[in-house]
Formats: sequence, C-alpha cells, structure tokens
Amino acid sequence: MKLISSLTTRLAIATLASVIVAGSAFASGAAAIPPRNDWSFAGPFGKYDETQLQRGFKVFHEVCSNCHSMNKLNFRNLSQPGGPGFTDAQVKALAATFKVKDGPNDNGDYFDRPARPADFWPSPFPNKQAAAAANGGAAPPDFSVIAKARTYERGFPNFVFDIFTQFQEQGVDYLAALLHGYEDAPAGFTVPEGKYYNHYFPGNVIAMPPPLLDGQVSYEKGPDGKPQAPETVVQYAKDVAAFLMWVAEPHLEQRKEIAFKTLVFLLVFAGLLYFTKKKIWSNVQGHA
Amino acid sequence: MTTVATTHAAASAEPTRRDFLYIATSAAGAVGLAGAIWPFISQMGPDAATIAAGAPVDFDLSPVAEGQIVKLFWRGKLIFVRHRTKDEIKSAQETDVTTLRDPQTDAARVKEGKDQWLVVYGNCTHLGCVPLGNEGAFHGWQCPCHGSVFDTSGRIRQGPAPTNLPVPPYAFTSDTAIRIG
Amino acid sequence: MSGPSTYVPKSAFGKWFESRLPIVGLIHSSFVVFPNPRNLNYLWTFGGILAFMLVAQIVTGVVLAMHYTPHATMAFASIESIMRDVNYGWMIRYLHANGASMFFIAVYVHMFRGFYYGSYKAPREILWILGVIIFLLMMATAFMGYVLPWGQMSFWGATVITNLFSAIPVVGETIVTYLWGGYSVDNPTLNRFFSLHYLLPFMIAGVVVLHIWALHVPGSNNPAGIEKKTEKDTLPFHPYFTVKDALALVCFLMVYVWFAFYIPNFLGHADNYIEANAAVTPAHIVPEWYFLPFYAILRAIPDKLLGVLAMFGSIAIMLFLPWLDTSRVRSGRYRPVFQVFFALFAITCVLLGWLGAKPPEGGYVLASRICTAYYFAYFIIVLPLLGLFETPKALPASIAESVLGKSGSAHAMPQGAAHEPNTKA
Repeated sequence: MKLISSLTTRLAIATLASVIVAGSAFASGAAAIPPRNDWSFAGPFGKYDETQLQRGFKVFHEVCSNCHSMNKLNFRNLSQPGGPGFTDAQVKALAATFKVKDGPNDNGDYFDRPARPADFWPSPFPNKQAAAAANGGAAPPDFSVIAKARTYERGFPNFVFDIFTQFQEQGVDYLAALLHGYEDAPAGFTVPEGKYYNHYFPGNVIAMPPPLLDGQVSYEKGPDGKPQAPETVVQYAKDVAAFLMWVAEPHLEQRKEIAFKTLVFLLVFAGLLYFTKKKIWSNVQGHA
Repeated sequence: MTTVATTHAAASAEPTRRDFLYIATSAAGAVGLAGAIWPFISQMGPDAATIAAGAPVDFDLSPVAEGQIVKLFWRGKLIFVRHRTKDEIKSAQETDVTTLRDPQTDAARVKEGKDQWLVVYGNCTHLGCVPLGNEGAFHGWQCPCHGSVFDTSGRIRQGPAPTNLPVPPYAFTSDTAIRIG
Repeated sequence: MSGPSTYVPKSAFGKWFESRLPIVGLIHSSFVVFPNPRNLNYLWTFGGILAFMLVAQIVTGVVLAMHYTPHATMAFASIESIMRDVNYGWMIRYLHANGASMFFIAVYVHMFRGFYYGSYKAPREILWILGVIIFLLMMATAFMGYVLPWGQMSFWGATVITNLFSAIPVVGETIVTYLWGGYSVDNPTLNRFFSLHYLLPFMIAGVVVLHIWALHVPGSNNPAGIEKKTEKDTLPFHPYFTVKDALALVCFLMVYVWFAFYIPNFLGHADNYIEANAAVTPAHIVPEWYFLPFYAILRAIPDKLLGVLAMFGSIAIMLFLPWLDTSRVRSGRYRPVFQVFFALFAITCVLLGWLGAKPPEGGYVLASRICTAYYFAYFIIVLPLLGLFETPKALPASIAESVLGKSGSAHAMPQGAAHEPNTKA
C-alpha cells in the first residue's frame, strides 16, 4: 500500500514538473498582449458611449468601409436603442446616400435604388474574389462580429479571474491596439514586399496597410469649437473598436440590465427558499 | 418548487409567520416562472427584420391597362390593383348597399376622383385563398376554394366569406402612382 | 416506479381516472412519498439540476430551431439574425450555448459524486451504466450542436472528430464518407447533424426515464453508503428533498445566469465567430472545455488508431466500473487510502482538461501521457487492488446513526416516521 502511494506521489510530482517546464517554454514565444482600455461597456453595468459610437461609426464609414464589408449591419440598427443613438431621420438620410441592387423588376431587370433603413450595409466589393483581387490576394475580413472573433490567450490564472471580473474585452482591446500597432520592423526582421509590420498582429506581418493617420477624420465640434475627441490615430482606433464592439453585440446593454435584475431576483428567491428549507427541515432530528 | 407550501400542514406554534414564508416563496417562484416564460412567447412574434421590411411600396399605375388586374406584395401580403372598366365602375356604384352582407359604398373603397383604381388585399376573407379575377356572377372575383363571390368593388356577394376584401392603406403620390403602406 | 402506490384519489373523477391510468399515483409514489435517505448532502441535488438542464436545453433548442437555417450558406447568417433581430433571440441562444456547459458542469459533479460515494456498486450497476450511456449521448449531442453555427471551430471540430473514425482499419474511410454525406464536411453533414442534434435529446430523455426507474428500485445511495433499513433512515421526497433540490437549483441558476448574461462568450471560442472556411484551419484548434480531458488522452498516444481507442476506452471503461471496484465498502468516506487515490484521480482529470487545451508539444505531451496512464491505472489497477488490501473504517450501523450518532439512534421512532418525521426532543 505504502509503495503504491509513494509511487503515485512521485508520478504526480513528475507530471507537475513537466507541466511547469512546458508552460515556461511556451511563455517566451507569446505574441504582444494588447494594452487594456477603459471601456464604458465593460463590467456588470456597462453601457455604450453614444458619442463614442458615433465617432467610431464616422471612422468606419469614411475609412474602413472602403475595403471592409459589414454584412450583418442594417441601417436601421444605427437608430435602435442601446446603439449610437442616431435618429430615424438621420438613418433614412444616410441610407439614401447608398445605392443597393434590387430586382428583378417586371421586365426581369436588376436595378439600383437608394437604400432604405431596412437594407443591409452594402459591401464595398461584389464578392469575396473581387475583394481579394483588389487587396493583394487577401480579402479584408467582414466586420459584423469581428470584435467577438478576435482575442488573445489570457492564460492561467487570468482566465479564472476573468470569470469573476467579467473581463471579456480582449477582442476590442486587440482591435484598438492593432490599428495603432504599426511600426518599423526590428533589425533582422524582413517584411515581405507589400506587407507591413504590426506589433500586435499574430506573426507581426499584416497585409493591411496602416489605415489611419492623425487628423484624417474630422470629429464633430463641441460647444467650445474644438473636436469632441482628439483627432489622433490612437483615439480613432479606440472609437472604431468601440463601434465594432457594438456591431458585434448590439444588445449588450439590455443583456447586462437583464442579468442584474435576474440575479437580484434569484438572490431573493434563494433567500426565501433557504428559510423555507430551514423551516421544513427544522423538525428533523440531527439537521439544521 | 412552488407547491412547497400546500402539503406540509403540520401544526406549529407560529402558523402566520410560517405561512407567510411559504406564500412568499411560492409567489416568488410564480413570478420567476412568468418572467422566464415571457421571452419564449415574445420570440414567436415578428422579428425586427420582418417589422422593418414593411416599408411602403411604390407602384407605378401607368402600365396597367383598363380591365387588367395586377398582383403585388406588401409585407408579404398579396394585393390586387384593378384598373376597372366603365361598366365595372357603374355596376359597383349602382349596387344597393342595403342588400349587402358587409354594407359599404363603392366610393368608400376607392380614392376620390380615382374611381377606375381599385386596390384591395388579395386573400379571401373566408380562409385566405386567392380569388380568381373577372369570374363569378358579379364579374369581380370568385374564390376557387369555397365559392365566395366578390363584385367589381371587392365586396362579398355570395358564399361563405363574412366581409369584403379589405382595402390596404395607400395614397396617390401622383396621378399615376400609388404608395402602399 | 417504486412499487404499489399508497395514493388514494379524493375526487370521483380522480378515482375513475386513476383506475384507468395510474399516473398520478406513479408521480405520488416516485416524487412525493418516495423515501429518500435522510443524510443526502447537496451533491445529491445535481440529479434534479440535470433534469432541469435537460428540459431547459430542449425548450431553448426547440425555440432556436424555429429561427435557425441548417444550410451551409445560411447557418452562420441565421444565427446572427437570431442574435440581432429575433425578440430575445440573443438571450435564448446564449442560454442554450452556455446551457450546454452548465449541463456538463452538473454532470461532472454528479459523476464524481458517484465515483466518490461508490454509487455504481451493487445493486446500482444498471443505474450507473444507464448514466454512462446518457453521458455518451450528451457528448454526441453537444458535439453536433457545436457544429450548427457553422463557424470555423464548428467546421474544423466536425472535421477532426469525424476523422477519428477513419482510424478504423479497412472500413474507416467509408464510414467517414457516410458520416459526411460527401468527401468533406459540407452542407449534407450540417443538415444531418441538425437532424440528429434535434433527435438525440429526446433519446437522452428516454434513457433518463430508465435511469430514474432504475434509481427508484434500490433508492438513492447516500454519503454513508449503507442501505436504508427502517423508516427512521428516510424522509419523504416531498417536501424535504423538493425544497432542498429547489434551493440548490436556484443557486445553480445564479451561476448559469452569470455566464449566459454577463460573460456569454467566455466558454466559447472567438474563432467560431468567423464563418466556416474550408481553406483555412484556425491556428489553435481545441474542442469545447468539457471534451478537453478526452482530447488530451487522444493526443497523448502517438498512434492514430490507439489514440482513438484510448479516447473511447476512457469512457467505455466506466461501464465496467461496478466490477472493477472490488471493495466491500461503498462510500469513500470510510476508505482512507481510496481517498488519496480518488483525489489524485480528480486532479488528473482536471490536469488532462488543462493539457487538452495546450499545444501537443514538449512537456505537455509527457504530462498528458503520465496523466493518461494514471487515468487508466485508477480503473484497472488501483480500484481492483485497493478492495483487496485496504482496511476500511468502521461503518455506522444505520443511516440514522450516521446522522445522529449512537445515542440518537437508540430512541424509538414514532409510527409513520416517513410521513411525519421525528421531531426534535
């Protein structure tokens, strides 16, 4: 019995040791961790910042949407509660500036018509092949759920803490970091022709040219005549990342509100059940 | 979990406090259940895309010849646009309204000064089949399913349908164009 | 399910109905007056929690099927329309996706409770085997459900798991082609997975009925691991265990709501928000967390066929557990040496889960192999030998004694204690 026990203990130690060695071996090759931002929509009471989403939309509209599609976004989404807070009239006017394909009409022809709020955001390219052909062979990814489709490894024990802190903004942090992560390649690192070096992109070689420049997008002016937010790449990156988070998770505010209400209810209900249970078991010998 | 209180009826020194606890717990359970059921009922309704898709439909009347019936759709529902002939308008207007099952004058079913254009929903008010145009005793429509007969104003004249073919909300945007919705 | 019912209907209609279909009596005898061991701890509430989760998954799943399109070109978009446009669609989908994880959390607690307290031992072997069958059906259901969103992880998970069957000699390739309905994972695969994902939960429900039936023959095992002998060992199911199960369920629901409404994508993979692409495999492909220990066992063996056999064997071996454990004592509470090996087994399973998520390189492989070896050794070597060599602690004379101590059990219990339990002195 003793022998088996000690053998098992040794095996267990060997296992742990190999795990630790393996763990540290992989730690060195990890990609750059995007810096964490202070997002208004983080945490149990998180809400989107309407003005930030509007700024982010402007960046997306004027810059990103020239190459990236956003197939799951309808114009009407832009005025729905919990979003950027555009008015219905603004959305209607915006939609009308786009042309969408419709048809066939009674003559069997397809035709262009001004978009309506119910339409999807039109893609910049007619299909994936065209998108790839126009962008050096790599089709720019669709933006509909990209904030949920990107992440980075949190690792142990951080992923355990994340359960309790509700940290789930890896994707949006990554997007913000990526957009201002362009820099010169370190010495000895060769970047292939037509590609770029990005500090936060996995593998560092990215096909997308640096998309943003300081002052490229003019933000709406505040009452003091100055822009609402700095017109810098870092600010653009944050704003557009926040906007992409909203597009990926448009019902986040409602979800978090319902979460809180449900938990409060369950807590009260559990309390009532606890005392009911105590009462019912109170006449049973040997039980509390 | 809500029936906890009902079967346990042993005598106790403080019946009121215990009963209150059981009732409160049961009530909380009932409230929770109702709250949990609501989303599952709500999801049965039309979704946001379906509601938004009900945008008004513009329709150009100029290609529709006299005597022609054109079918189009608004919010997934079939609509007849009928370019009535003089005779059809006349017979519709001269009908004695008091004899009708669903009394309605022809004037109430078309836009003023646009007597030649009749716009009605295209599903029989009996059980939803599509009536055939220019058929039946009144040369309006006749439903192939159960024989309801409609006149040239889309009013029910014979058969099991209880009401006239309803008129959808529409307006003339020009002399020869309408917007439905 | 538990012998002749003592239920007597009150109304004339009740009597008329009961003499024709005694279903109320069945419910009454199974879930109202059924005598449960009085010493059950909160680990025993997970059976009820699992029943709830099965119903919750079926209800949310049926609703999702009303809005979902099982077609390779439309599946991903239809999920997004559920998330965006359907009223409370996001809620129902997140409840369903996280519900699968909650289901597995509950089933693992339920299984490890069984491992520790020897719930698989005679006379509960069939009960245990039915449980293993439910577990297998759950895994199949969860796997096929994960394919339905048609994201990158869906697609590549389906590809990798169906390819397991290609390890079978001679007929493997043919089997895989038939699983796919083509020469790769594609629309026919998605469509049949949807059909089966809808079917299997009802098969689970059927086996659950058998599981409960088999449970109600000997009744529940309990922490003391000794059978109930007299009425003073038991309490009626209602209200004692209905209220206890309800309390545990509501606490469990809090965890469920936390995950589904606050961190709904924590247990998922970001890559599954990228639509399936047969030309690109995600850099880091891992199954859902509840499959990770088995995935680690698969990768620990450097041979394709043997790896697959080991993975399936790691579940199949549970079917033989009632006969592999040779101990005469049922509950781990009275087996001090067993407790050490059991703790190691539990740690091994958690470690395997962690290793399953790591790349199959370097030290991770060695660690996976050691853990896999211990996993099987626990069943094939430890449990058979322990029963022969271990000296268990003294067992209490009865369940009542295990709760009340010797003095308590000496009291004579009033008549009909099961219905009107012993009151405090």
